[in-house]
Amino acid sequence: MRLLAIESSCDETSAAIIEDSSVRSVVVSSQIKIHAEYGGVVPELATREHLANLQPVVREALVQAGFAASELNAICATQGPGLPPALMIGWKAAQSMAFALKVPLIGVNHVEAHLYSPWFQGDPPRACWEGFQPNISLVSSGGHTLLAQVDHPLDHTIIGSTQDDAAGECFDKCAKLLGLGYPGGPIMDRLAAQGNPEAYTFARPMLNQDNHDFSFSGLKTSVRYFLEKHPGLSEDDVALPDLCASIQAAIVEVLVKKTIRAARRQRLGCITLSGGVACNTGLRKAFQQACEKHELNLQVAPSNLCTDNAAMVGLLGERYLQKATPTTDWQADIRPSWRLTEPA
Amino acid sequence: MDTITSNSPEATLALGEQWAATARPGWVIGLEGDLGAGKTHLVKGIARGLGITEPITSPTFTLVCEYEGRLKLEHLDFYRLENDDQILTSGLEPYFQPEGIAVIEWFNRWTGPRPADYRHVTLEQTGEHERLIRYEDIGA
Repeated sequence: MRLLAIESSCDETSAAIIEDSSVRSVVVSSQIKIHAEYGGVVPELATREHLANLQPVVREALVQAGFAASELNAICATQGPGLPPALMIGWKAAQSMAFALKVPLIGVNHVEAHLYSPWFQGDPPRACWEGFQPNISLVSSGGHTLLAQVDHPLDHTIIGSTQDDAAGECFDKCAKLLGLGYPGGPIMDRLAAQGNPEAYTFARPMLNQDNHDFSFSGLKTSVRYFLEKHPGLSEDDVALPDLCASIQAAIVEVLVKKTIRAARRQRLGCITLSGGVACNTGLRKAFQQACEKHELNLQVAPSNLCTDNAAMVGLLGERYLQKATPTTDWQADIRPSWRLTEPA
Repeated sequence: MDTITSNSPEATLALGEQWAATARPGWVIGLEGDLGAGKTHLVKGIARGLGITEPITSPTFTLVCEYEGRLKLEHLDFYRLENDDQILTSGLEPYFQPEGIAVIEWFNRWTGPRPADYRHVTLEQTGEHERLIRYEDIGA
């Protein structure tokens, strides 16, 4: 089976060609360069860019894979959740192509695609469903932070989520408070590697609460108060790496401990990580150590599939097609608030 | 302009809840205040007043989060947007005439015409737990 996948839920326009569970090509029009000029992600640029990028990105994905559009057997696209005008561009293009080519259309949940991306491994990535193990999955990015129990492929239950800010948002907003550039998370990660994580103590929100939920809004506020009480500290070359390391340690400890606790409580031997925050080296290291200690298998999504991309959308969409899931109506609307708890 | 002093996050929630009791379709509430000023707490209170039970999560990255309650709540955040042009080309202008009510954080990024039924709110931190909340109904 050959299919085209399109992703346009937030800041990236991406297209991928999947053939028999393997990625033949994936093109991501990374816009970080445009955004850097503005000191933050600027979605309006992204929204406008989706329209401009979509056709060249799809064409490039087809050229790299060496296929003509007429050779496609199905089209997949992110139907939600996401920013409505951004989703609309990718989704309408996918619908039009499916209609014109008379092939099935599958609407994919963006968060669910992240959730299964730890099972997409190799170079080029392929879906390794045969290696699947029941697991606790942490999906953590700028817009999402949740824990899911995954019993079988496509059979998952959300057991906890952030009650306010996402972990990636906390990284970015703290980085902004520290006067770091964009993207804040990776810069903080780099500086944290040179700092002392015990130099300053920040609260570990909800760490000791008996649930699987997270909260990062208060941590951001406490960083702000701390910096107001210690003016000039974030401009100090010695203190800055220590600040980064200490803030990162607070975020990482909560994510690691609550994820490990969930796996032990549910008696599952595997933990998976996905989403942009899974690229954080401090987080990966802490998870490796904790999983070794508790004898858990750790499965991390490949770095190039952690940020938004169409390959994960296509690989998941193909699984739905293999399972004879009813295809999505050619006239179905985008689903900007599609919760993972709602059916496909 | 009305001024209220909130002495706790709970008091800010209660204020939001009280506002929700008088909410009507098409109402837009714009919030202005620094990170940590209590904007999200006010939104959580409004959601509670509308009978919404699911957690109100930050729309900073996604820009818009929608919730079904007695009235539909559309929670927006302009934090990542810089000016009118970016707000317009992000396709967010329709939210100025919401189906239910729209609460927009960092609304000061928008300098264009006010929504017809509009309340402007400024939150300011005046003590560790104290917030000065000023609001004014200044619809176009």
